[in-house]
Amino acid sequence: MIQKEAEKIFETRELNVNMGPQHPATHGVLRLVLDIDGETIVKVTPYVGYLHRGIEKLGESLSYFQALPLTDRMDYVSAMSNNIGYCVAVEKLYGIEAPERAKFIRTIVGEMSRIANHLLWLATHALDIGAMTVFLYCFREREWILDLYEMICGARLTVTYPRVGGVRNDVPQEFLDSLWKFTDEFPSRILEYETLIDQNRIWLLRTKGIGVISAEEAVSWGMTGPTLRGSGVTYDIRKHMPYDAYDKVEFDVPIGTEGDTYDRYRCRMLEMRQSNNIIRQCIEKLPTGPVMADAPKFTLQPKDAMMPITHPTKEVAYFIEEKACKGCGMCMRACPAKAIFGEKKKPHKIDQALCLQCATCFVTCKFKSMKIVPGGKGLSDEKLAELATAPVPEEITKAAEYLVRQFDFVKKGPRAPEGELYVATEVPKGELGFYFVSDGSGKPYRMRLRAPSFIHAGCLPRLCVGHLVADVIAAIGTIDIVLGECDR
Amino acid sequence: MNISNIIDQQTLDALIKFGINVLIIILKIAVVLGIGLLHVAYATYFERKVIGHMQVRLGPMRVGPHGLLQPIADGIKLFFKEDVIPAQADKVAFFLAPVIFMASAMVNLSVIPFTSGFVIANINVGLLFVFAMAGIGVYGIFIAGWASNSKYAFIGGLRSAAQVISYEIAMGLSLVGVMIMAGSLNLTDIVEAQEKSVFGIFAIPQIIGFVVFTIAAVAETNRTPFDLPEAESELVAGYFTEYSGFRFALFFLGEYIAMFIMASLAAVCFLGGWTLPWYVLKVLPFLKYVPGIVWFLLKVYVFIFFYYWIRATVPRYRYDQLMAIGWKILIPIALANILVTGLVKILL
Repeated sequence: MIQKEAEKIFETRELNVNMGPQHPATHGVLRLVLDIDGETIVKVTPYVGYLHRGIEKLGESLSYFQALPLTDRMDYVSAMSNNIGYCVAVEKLYGIEAPERAKFIRTIVGEMSRIANHLLWLATHALDIGAMTVFLYCFREREWILDLYEMICGARLTVTYPRVGGVRNDVPQEFLDSLWKFTDEFPSRILEYETLIDQNRIWLLRTKGIGVISAEEAVSWGMTGPTLRGSGVTYDIRKHMPYDAYDKVEFDVPIGTEGDTYDRYRCRMLEMRQSNNIIRQCIEKLPTGPVMADAPKFTLQPKDAMMPITHPTKEVAYFIEEKACKGCGMCMRACPAKAIFGEKKKPHKIDQALCLQCATCFVTCKFKSMKIVPGGKGLSDEKLAELATAPVPEEITKAAEYLVRQFDFVKKGPRAPEGELYVATEVPKGELGFYFVSDGSGKPYRMRLRAPSFIHAGCLPRLCVGHLVADVIAAIGTIDIVLGECDR
Repeated sequence: MNISNIIDQQTLDALIKFGINVLIIILKIAVVLGIGLLHVAYATYFERKVIGHMQVRLGPMRVGPHGLLQPIADGIKLFFKEDVIPAQADKVAFFLAPVIFMASAMVNLSVIPFTSGFVIANINVGLLFVFAMAGIGVYGIFIAGWASNSKYAFIGGLRSAAQVISYEIAMGLSLVGVMIMAGSLNLTDIVEAQEKSVFGIFAIPQIIGFVVFTIAAVAETNRTPFDLPEAESELVAGYFTEYSGFRFALFFLGEYIAMFIMASLAAVCFLGGWTLPWYVLKVLPFLKYVPGIVWFLLKVYVFIFFYYWIRATVPRYRYDQLMAIGWKILIPIALANILVTGLVKILL
């Protein structure tokens, strides 16, 4: 009786700690609710969705081309890989193939992104465990890669460099030279990080035997990427279902044995070395040729085709042919400069002083009343009317045709065949899959992403329970999650 | 009425002497306090520069030439920051905690002999006094953790209490060897004993004690790799998570002064304080013209540099591993050291 009462008074409960969504070590806005008994974890409940931006739903209202920049914002640490994954998937849907050179370039930037991602992972993982210097060393090299990104596309983080059917532009020679220098230097830099932590007693104590997961269990939890390979499963999409140029380069898939935090760390360190090798092989084998697939129906052609009209030195003027104009007012409404005026059902006129030569009216007009007058900029209407009757050079006609097609292309999107498709690529964090349901229009009926971070976040309770509070941090680090991708 | 009617000349002389003594002590306190506070400001600068260069960056560079005014800018910022108090906090305890922490650290400055004859309170139990004050400092941490009404602060406070108490044992035991060799607890006597000893410094015969002391000192001041109470990655900022503005600055100040105290203890107890070993003076006799305070500060800063160096190099221990090191390795080693020292003392 007394004992029972005493138990009631001195009842012990687990301490309920809410870790996140704002917390220095949860890599974004992950929220974990921990039940701790002293320092031991009894229960972990991950809550995700604080960074949900509805990328899947947005994809349904955008054409296959327009949804590409959304993928940058998923795993913003390795945006290139996400872009590549998306492009590979859409290419398969359209049934087109990127040219050889583009494939090699995509392999190069994809592996650069893998290195950049693993560097950030190592930096934050080490910082979480308390090794501060590794963090800054890693950022030094990541900075180099981001500078290289800047050389090819002007952006550092959200690149959108790969395109459906190839890449946006060819790489400059300086980029390849600088990258080659990077690959020369990088292995010694990896050694530098390893000097600090690889055999460090504290590091070993903190990572060996922490978050152990067996191969069978890892597979059934749906783990992929280095997180799975740390448990000894050789599963790498680059090797087993090659895309881009991965079937033309040689590389190993490093695997661990124990399936603990240390093995996953070793896997990623070895993977960086493999990526470095892949980049070197790709630079050596880089073929010449175009970087965009020759499929005008599905891909945007280079902007050079529009040059005769759009280039500022080609001083073109736009002129409305009075006979053809029905006065529908479409061009008037479309004109961004409000340079077109006129009454309804009567021929309209362009105020040449306001005109920006943007060609919006040209592509809007349904009656072909808009004429392009080369070298007509700044001339009076009478003079333009006179010039408009002269035959237009062929390059202008072609450019105009292309302009109209591009306008249509961007507005509606090229139509995809009906059906369903799942394409997976190996991004640094694991298997990133794109699942499209196409109803035959230019936009997906349903777009679904298999985000490795989301699946790995679900494994956290399995990895943490029974360990100490400090090991939660190591576990979050070892599964390498980015909440932008997890929440989509 | 003449004053000489009340007290005779002898008493007056004694009174004047007493007054002068008090004045001198106040002056000494002012000097030590001023140096102490200035030291903290520039210890942060020193730390940021050292770690910065170790991490291939520059550290503070913007405020003043080479960022020399950065600590002052930081201080001004902290002073004018809003003082946030959590709604459910235990206010009295919340206000008291940083004061206890800081005061208990600062009081230690009074027993440290900076140079020959320059010590505010030359007490016979100097070493014990430092331990006692370090013990009181734990209350500051623990109360801060409790009063904040935050779970992170609470866990941080608990961890810190456990850690400081267990490492205090190791540290105390590591210094017993020194006490045996010097035969005194007075810090000035310890330095003088070293000057007369064969080795010149106690770090050579007491090498084990010195190593244990160094490790325990790092743990005692909650520095990397034993900075679990304020482990940023798991507990946000540990026991002072909820503190901001000047109250945070007090904790910060206390921590750096505690570092200075530990470094001074190492200098005084193991490295010979303001003296140089006799063999060094024999080889380079001109060094004896250098004032003792220079040697003292040099030893202290080498030790502090060592703190920073560790911080830039190693990861953080886990709580249970930290406890295991303290209880299973350091304390037995220190005990064995005492035994050996005692035996040698008896036999010789």
